[in-house]
Amino acid sequence: MDLQNTAPLINADGLCHSYGKGAMSRLVLENIQLRLNPGEVVLLTGPSGCGKTTLLTLIGALRSVQQGNLEVLGVSLKGANREQCRGVRSNIGMIFQGHNLLRCLTAEQNVQMGADLLSGTSYGARRAMAREWLRAVGLGDQLNKLPHDLSGGQKQRVAIARALAAKPKLLLADEPTAALDGRTGREVVELLQSLAKDQGCGVLMVTHDPRILDIADRLIQMEDGQLQEVNLSAPSG
Amino acid sequence: MFVDIWQKRRIPLAWLLLSRQPVRLAIALAGISFAGILMFMQLGFRDGLFDASVTIHRLFDADLVLASPRSMSSISMAGFPERRLIQTLADPEVSDVSPVHWNFVLWRNPETRTTRSILALGFEPSDPLLIDPMVQRQASYLQQKGRVLFDERSRSEFGPVADWFRKGKTVDSEVAGVSLRVAGLVQLGPSFGADGNMIVSRETFRSIIPGSSKGSIELGLIRLSDGADPILVSGRLKKQLPNDVTIFTKKQFIEFEKNYWRSSTAIGFIFSLGAAMGFVVGCVIVYQILYGDVSDHLPEYATLMAMGYKLKDLLLVVAREGLLLALIGYLPAYAAGECLYALIRSSTKLPVAMEFDRALLVFSMILVMCLGSALLAMRKLADADPAEIF
Repeated sequence: MDLQNTAPLINADGLCHSYGKGAMSRLVLENIQLRLNPGEVVLLTGPSGCGKTTLLTLIGALRSVQQGNLEVLGVSLKGANREQCRGVRSNIGMIFQGHNLLRCLTAEQNVQMGADLLSGTSYGARRAMAREWLRAVGLGDQLNKLPHDLSGGQKQRVAIARALAAKPKLLLADEPTAALDGRTGREVVELLQSLAKDQGCGVLMVTHDPRILDIADRLIQMEDGQLQEVNLSAPSG
Repeated sequence: MFVDIWQKRRIPLAWLLLSRQPVRLAIALAGISFAGILMFMQLGFRDGLFDASVTIHRLFDADLVLASPRSMSSISMAGFPERRLIQTLADPEVSDVSPVHWNFVLWRNPETRTTRSILALGFEPSDPLLIDPMVQRQASYLQQKGRVLFDERSRSEFGPVADWFRKGKTVDSEVAGVSLRVAGLVQLGPSFGADGNMIVSRETFRSIIPGSSKGSIELGLIRLSDGADPILVSGRLKKQLPNDVTIFTKKQFIEFEKNYWRSSTAIGFIFSLGAAMGFVVGCVIVYQILYGDVSDHLPEYATLMAMGYKLKDLLLVVAREGLLLALIGYLPAYAAGECLYALIRSSTKLPVAMEFDRALLVFSMILVMCLGSALLAMRKLADADPAEIF
């Protein structure tokens, strides 16, 4: 545990990625250096199509690493097999642009789908956990509603609860506020930040939303496949 | 152990996927039930027709049966010398025998006066013939010439014989110019070959079939002494008797008849094909439903994979959906099958009942249908790429 507290959650070194083959090949990530420490909230911004999502899928062990080194949660993802990738994924909480909730499950059941990934806990305990997380995101009275009956902000909050219910060490969020109006988006992101801080969980969030930049510990700008650290003029407490 | 498994359980995703889409579930269940009903119906008809062809064979009070080698089935029975039957009495283990006549005659409907072919069984009223209390009790009525026991399960085209008889009316008919009177009713049932049955004495039989030669019979029933092995005795008799007779055990005799209908008619093939059609239709419907379900939920499955669920977990979800569909779909099919059989029994008088073997067979077919379709639908899961959902 000590090791995990000090070792970076993400350590990318000279990471490159390209799509297509031969002459059609297009480099989308170029020599990426990135470190993310436990408890850190890092925001990644940049124009669309600059490779942010590709980076996120690489870190999330959803895409195989082509070139360079990428270590996530202490596992080197280069040449990692399916089971290793799955192991990494189960320790990462993911929040998507869309909420990606299961339409046929209630809010509570959706969150429990996250908790169900924890082995060694009883059904009852996981269920209680799901309820607690929904309460934590302020939806304690919407347990039995289907995603269909929830508002956009509520759905995204359920998605956050689901991601956190699996006790992740790292949260990856891809434009979690894209489908929300400004105020709701702000609320959701603040909630995400505070809950992640409580859990000592690192957050890497891709966003276009300039209104939420102040919640970040670090802000990274991405352009043409390269990363650039931005100095935060007014870092938030 | 059980508590452990109970505690380890997860959200019943397969059940929720099915039950929260009631329309899709209803279509799937309708499809499966339809396939099940079709299979129940076709197999029921097939087995019922084969069973009906041996209703009387089953009832014969005999351990061994003698017949002519020229007899191919109950609709083409040839005669053989009665002497052969008497000869078998020489065997120490043969206890007694009954000669039986078997032929089709034209029965005149007492109401409409039209004629129709009916199976007539002729025997000595003092001999045992059928293991049937109704026949045994009324056999003595046949001592009088021109009396018949009429099978009340015969098709209605033979006239309202049973009805009239029960009302106390005298039921007279005629066969080949000989007038007959119904002396009692028995319950046997029609078969492929015979739309109806009647039992008469040998004397009456000879008078309605004038051509029949005196020393010739169509069947010889042989009863063995207690504890004798029919197969052993039949082997012994086979050696002693000349080859103008064939000897069957009762079981072989039943199989011989069934086999005729099975091999020389297309009935078995037609009904099995019908059942196979039901199976195929069911497969197509279940496959469509499960494939549609997987395609619709592909992003959700991809999300689950991104969350850390194994592909195996997701394949099991689809398999469970198939299993649930099979279990739930079978129940209405079974219930409808029961109703259908009752309907067939009352309208065609075929002996069709829900037999355990058939119920099990149809269930396994439905299970194979659903799990097979689930297996095919799983291939679509390979398209669930978690990298695409960001």
